[in-house]
Amino acid sequence: MKITGAQALLESLRREGVEVIFGFPGGVMLPIYDCLYDCKDIRHILVRHEQGAAHAADGYARATGKVGVCCATSGPGATNLVTGIATAYMDSIPIVAITGQVRTTALGKDSFQEADITGITMPITKHNFLVKNSKDVPEIVAEAFHIARTGRPGPVLIDMPMDVSLGVIDYKPVTNVDIPSYKPNTVGHPLQIKKAAKLIASAERPVIYAGGGVISSGASPELLELSERTSILVTTTLLGKGAFPETHPNSLGMLGMHGTAYANYAVAHCDLLIAIGARFDDRVTGKLDAFAQKAKVIHIDIDPAEIGKTVHVDVPIVGDCKLVLQDLLKYVEPRKPTSWNEQVMKWKAEYPLHYSENGLLPQYVIEKIWEVTNGEAVVATGVGQHQMWAAQFYKCKYPRQFLSSGGLGTMGFGFPAGIGAKVGRPNDIVFVIDGDGSFQMTLQELIVAVENKIAVKVAILNNQYLGMVRQWQELFWNRRYAGVDIAAQPDFVKLAEAYGAVGMRIEKKEQVVDALKKSLEYDNVPVIMDFHIEREENVFPMIPAGQSIEEMMVRRPK
Amino acid sequence: MQHTITALVENKPGVLARVAGLFARRGFNIESLAVSITEDPSVSRMTIVVGGDDAVLEQITKQLNKLIDVIKVVDYKGIPIVERELALIKVNADAGVRSEIMQIVDIFRAKIIDVSEKTFTVEVTGSVDKINAIEKLLESYGIKEVVRTGRIAMMRGAKTP
Repeated sequence: MKITGAQALLESLRREGVEVIFGFPGGVMLPIYDCLYDCKDIRHILVRHEQGAAHAADGYARATGKVGVCCATSGPGATNLVTGIATAYMDSIPIVAITGQVRTTALGKDSFQEADITGITMPITKHNFLVKNSKDVPEIVAEAFHIARTGRPGPVLIDMPMDVSLGVIDYKPVTNVDIPSYKPNTVGHPLQIKKAAKLIASAERPVIYAGGGVISSGASPELLELSERTSILVTTTLLGKGAFPETHPNSLGMLGMHGTAYANYAVAHCDLLIAIGARFDDRVTGKLDAFAQKAKVIHIDIDPAEIGKTVHVDVPIVGDCKLVLQDLLKYVEPRKPTSWNEQVMKWKAEYPLHYSENGLLPQYVIEKIWEVTNGEAVVATGVGQHQMWAAQFYKCKYPRQFLSSGGLGTMGFGFPAGIGAKVGRPNDIVFVIDGDGSFQMTLQELIVAVENKIAVKVAILNNQYLGMVRQWQELFWNRRYAGVDIAAQPDFVKLAEAYGAVGMRIEKKEQVVDALKKSLEYDNVPVIMDFHIEREENVFPMIPAGQSIEEMMVRRPK
Repeated sequence: MQHTITALVENKPGVLARVAGLFARRGFNIESLAVSITEDPSVSRMTIVVGGDDAVLEQITKQLNKLIDVIKVVDYKGIPIVERELALIKVNADAGVRSEIMQIVDIFRAKIIDVSEKTFTVEVTGSVDKINAIEKLLESYGIKEVVRTGRIAMMRGAKTP
């Protein structure tokens, strides 16, 4: 079959099961867009800024478990994808980004709209390809998807020069990918697994610390079984939210800088820390020397480079979390709750997450979102205080329910990611919990949601500040609020209406539930809810950056 | 601590940048880097000499292994190896000192590979210490130019990485 490189690209995408591409066209992308015009199987969603395309592909991937796809033209189009690609890279999210490139004969000559995007994205992709020959397209696409979704998942970029898209090839589909230098190790070493089981049996104060790897490997059922069989309590990272049901009695919620006090106490005092698909991020560990000092560590991770990267590990197990836990469960004996469980539960009762009754507070809004959605909604967040409140107060029941930029901390992530999630899961309620600062970074995608009838609900927790930075300034910089006051802002209700969306302003506590319920009635138009919350509410608990749990502030210092 | 690391990689454009980028990102200066194809033309070997503490180098080795184009990485620390470097040294050689320089060259089992009215070009291979030593001796005559290849290394005995 003789087809062009562009046709081969789309045919290969179709074979990978791609149903939607988030993208923005440009000159060198025209061969590909011309094919999209006729393509019945793949939906193209036109974003308004390429960053939105990358985040939407990322949100789609996080919400569905499939590979998200975005595309952009060469030069500025490609560089606008960079923030989204870096976000996906830091959180190990499988996306494939396709960029147009100038003709191969024009490469390296500072041609119009040329940027060395493979060079630029080298440190923020799992791998990238510059396609030099049209005949390589089917193989490269197959390899790109294989690399993106296997092992430790991550973003892969394919750079397509225009003449490669135009060139005619004799197309044969690629059915088998074999990359000799890429063979991720998925099965854990049996001896290490037995050692882990032994350690678990002899531990007096064990804690499980689960991360995003549990979600990406689909290991939640195994994690639940392990915790229930052994009565070991589970704390998760931000990206691990939903890996273990937060409504379960064995759940300790999130740990780390803004984690629950009881999760942090449990980790600080445990004698065995079982890290599963988590990477000991500095927002989790705080001061390394003081982190889980008394604990032996079992670390299960598919990426050998993560093991021993920051903390000493007693039992390293390289492998896919799901397969390793399945093997581990063969050796793990049942274990009843002990006095350690009691001790942690005492902490749980003594130091619950709390907030004041007065005024319209963000935590209250999030609790009510949880109630009206029965805890079933998919939640996407921006980055800042609202993100941490959402992590604390929206108790996730399932994996792939909480979508948030953890590693890179990308403001503006939430709204386009929520759009991507809703496209991937049209029958689920998707709530975007955003900050007024974060939302303004990518709000141009509002028209994309309106145009495509993507009914995301956006709850803006509006404190007219870049709140997290202000909190740091309040606590550590003598209340010198430099560059954080964003009281000069658009009327979000009118803005929503200008775009053709539904807008609501909520200024009183009593209006919250009605507004939220009303938002659920709209199923083909996005709803923007502007919650005017207390301006100087802070996120607590907080362990200051680089400090130990001893320095944890449970409430505002007097 | 100095490490000699060898990496077998796909012989493709961009691979060197990927490898070098991993070192650069952590603020490491590569002391020497030699690359060429191997007995298999689709595969290149990089010999990288870099300083740094063991834990960080272990992390870099692991990160190198993660690169899709990298086939195998070995840190030769603690492994018996033979190491060689090649240098070309262009040194002033006026009539009065020519025989002296030739004696030095002989002692080091180096070679004079080019002669002009005023200079010799000396080729020397060997360990880094040996090349440093001859370079030092020749300095007193006035060195005009030095080119060194950087180290290449191989395990002793029948073993290959």
